[in-house]
Amino acid sequence: MTTVPHIPILRLGRSYRSVNTRPIVDLGTGETVAEMSVGNAGLIRRDAARFEEASTALSAIPCRDLIAMSAKAGELFMNAELPLGDGTQTSDDYVRQLSRTSGLPHTLVRANMAKVHDALTHLEEIVHGLTRGVPLEVIDTGFGEVNGTPVSFYPTSHALGMVMPSNSPGVNALWLPSIAFKTPVILKPGSDEPWTPWRVIQAMIAAGVPKEAFGFYPTDHEGSAAVMDLCDRSIIFGGEATMKRYGGDPRVEVHGPGWSKVIIGEDCIDEWPEYLDIIVQSIAANSGRSCINASTVIVPREGRDLALRLAERLSKITPRPADDPEAQLSAIANPKIADWVNAQLVAGRGTPGAVDYTAHLRDNPDCVVQFQGRTYILPTVIYCLDKWDHPLCNTEFMFPFASVVEVDQDKVLDKIGPTLVVSAITKDPAFTSQLLQCKNIQRLNLGPAPTSSAQWDQPHEGNLFEFLYQRRAIYHAQPLATTGAGA
Amino acid sequence: MTSHVMNDAAAQARDALDAHVRATVAWHFSPETGTPYWIEYAKQHGIDPAAIQTFDDIVGTFDHFDADHILRFVPHDQLIPRAYAGRPYNVFETGGTTGMPKQRINWEDFQYDYTQFCRTLRDVHFPRGGNWLMIGPTGPRRLRLAIEHLAHCRNSSVYFIDLDPRWVKRVLRDGQPAQAKAYMAHAIDQAMTILRHREVTALFTTPKLLEALAERMSLVKMGIRGAFVGGTTMDPQYTRFLIEEVCEQTEGDCMGTAGVGFYPTYGNTLMGVAPHRPNIKENGWATTYYCPQPRAVLRVVDPDNTARAVPYGAFGRVELTTLTKELFMPRFLERDEARRVEPWSEKYPWDGVCEVRPFGASTAKIVEGVY
Repeated sequence: MTTVPHIPILRLGRSYRSVNTRPIVDLGTGETVAEMSVGNAGLIRRDAARFEEASTALSAIPCRDLIAMSAKAGELFMNAELPLGDGTQTSDDYVRQLSRTSGLPHTLVRANMAKVHDALTHLEEIVHGLTRGVPLEVIDTGFGEVNGTPVSFYPTSHALGMVMPSNSPGVNALWLPSIAFKTPVILKPGSDEPWTPWRVIQAMIAAGVPKEAFGFYPTDHEGSAAVMDLCDRSIIFGGEATMKRYGGDPRVEVHGPGWSKVIIGEDCIDEWPEYLDIIVQSIAANSGRSCINASTVIVPREGRDLALRLAERLSKITPRPADDPEAQLSAIANPKIADWVNAQLVAGRGTPGAVDYTAHLRDNPDCVVQFQGRTYILPTVIYCLDKWDHPLCNTEFMFPFASVVEVDQDKVLDKIGPTLVVSAITKDPAFTSQLLQCKNIQRLNLGPAPTSSAQWDQPHEGNLFEFLYQRRAIYHAQPLATTGAGA
Repeated sequence: MTSHVMNDAAAQARDALDAHVRATVAWHFSPETGTPYWIEYAKQHGIDPAAIQTFDDIVGTFDHFDADHILRFVPHDQLIPRAYAGRPYNVFETGGTTGMPKQRINWEDFQYDYTQFCRTLRDVHFPRGGNWLMIGPTGPRRLRLAIEHLAHCRNSSVYFIDLDPRWVKRVLRDGQPAQAKAYMAHAIDQAMTILRHREVTALFTTPKLLEALAERMSLVKMGIRGAFVGGTTMDPQYTRFLIEEVCEQTEGDCMGTAGVGFYPTYGNTLMGVAPHRPNIKENGWATTYYCPQPRAVLRVVDPDNTARAVPYGAFGRVELTTLTKELFMPRFLERDEARRVEPWSEKYPWDGVCEVRPFGASTAKIVEGVY
């Protein structure tokens, strides 16, 4: 009899098997792929007394060495056989296991895997981008010079709390620099996606990072709240309710809906067919699961034709077997979410002012389908006549979905609201200037680039260094002594 | 213990229960000693008390006791057995709900129940003469007097930190967890002050408050030998955590002496108090309780057919029947569900309840607060 792997809790590196467990199941067959320990909040509260100790263990290692360990971890994450429960996990095991339980086809698991690998192996660039060129030695010692000016930074927290989602493995790239910043990570994995953070942590430990730098706590709502409460800095992923709850809390960075957009300027709209690939990629990359996927395409005119062509292109993305190299669409882990999305779309289509241009291209108008026992939501393109306030306009779902809406260029920036990424296709200097001044855009791609592309030295949605370190004024009347790493 | 011995013990316990049923029914339904409410009830429902000979007859004769109405709105003089007429009584309120509280009137039951329970505490954990600290609801609840009585039975005295569970439930229900947390910290602050300035060897509190106290200090280092907890759900993992980490029984033996003796209890104003079976670790960290039969009888029933007990090992709703001279309360459906467990020993040769949790906990979000 084969037993499924058990994913334990890591209490600052120490493995702990909980009495309470949760099965991680194959979405198609319902077969249990792994069993995961589920801890009570008290475990985290008790371990919090050792966060400072864990932080000290990391502080003793020079930043440059931690970056080197991270790079090594990247290779191990990508290729090595790493511990999993009482056994081990190869990278192919990881791909299969994550695909079975998340619904992501192998192609997308591998793409996310590559993203995490790249983040680990490009950590020096990322750190450089986040610190905007602060020498690594300054992070080690807490002081130094930047461009001839004395600087000093101190850590804001003994640990970084991460309350992770289950939707996309790539989001784990976000916390990776925390190790180089000498801040232990207290991570609550998504209830259906323990695989990626577990494997990254194992790779980091195998690469030499002190194991006490990692807390891995699959837990309940009370446990998530404990992570947020006990870490002076934490990052949480969630919807609008989460944003509302934590939005004003300086201890918390909320990653909510992105409401990312492609905007085509008046000067480029006549060439819109040239940009169709970029728009499709913006909407459908990673099966539309990321906050950097475009959910709205804004044009001054030509919206109807663009929406029709977009619908034709996106409707070709259909469910395929998980190991099909052409697969682009992810299954939905929770069929209730698919039903909820479908209900939103049905209600939206019933509201005058919008047309679903993908509906007639499907076998039936319902966008939720079953394929090989899994639930999928088919790509959907909505053309919102001229009504920005339509319920399906500027709305984000976790599948390839976009609304196309015509808005006069001079009114666009008044309309867009909070937007994580804008890909602005324009060469108009005046409009470009307005885009640069717009306070609602967190990352601006100028020119034809997909919203889903990222540059390591251009952090968006918060800056982990500025979150984990505070700058202080410093004056030293005598040479400074320090016990910091690299001193 | 052989099954033969257990069977004999179970049969004797059953006979004793049936005899107790006859005596209790005779008491509450007789014109001399009886309770006006039940005498009138028998008339209205055509019940012949003499026909109630066994506990099964109680199940077959009575509907579920409507405590929500009777204990809230029926005048107390209707609920006073004539044998107790003219004697002042204690009024105890139940639980943490708001609105008109459910009230139980009491003369000596709680003292009797807790005197019996006293025998389940071990001297090594609750040394005679050592002081206790209770952090929990006092006010109109039985618990304060019951704990004090229990301590006195062991020649001990008690310090008290009050807690209003109704306020905690209210703020949680209103979506103000920070208020609840602040209130809990307020209670723990007061407890720490007492512990710093007085010698205390034993605690009575809720699991969450015990945990919160242990986050501030080591209970063992503070000289605590035993902790007696109750009031909220403890799932197996939480129980293990409390034993191993909060009570510092690293071997997992709740009755060990290296850490704090851990005594979970199940009880309420209407039942009395049920001790636990101290095989928690061996039982997968699930705690089993055995009620003080024959004065109280717990059944784990099928929620869709409450006449029927669920099979051993299955979850069902907890039904309580209280059979004392002060209170006859047939078949009250508790707000809890539990797993039905087989008899434990010659001493407790009747069904136990295990993994007690709020009824519907597997499907609904329940506000429990700290109590």
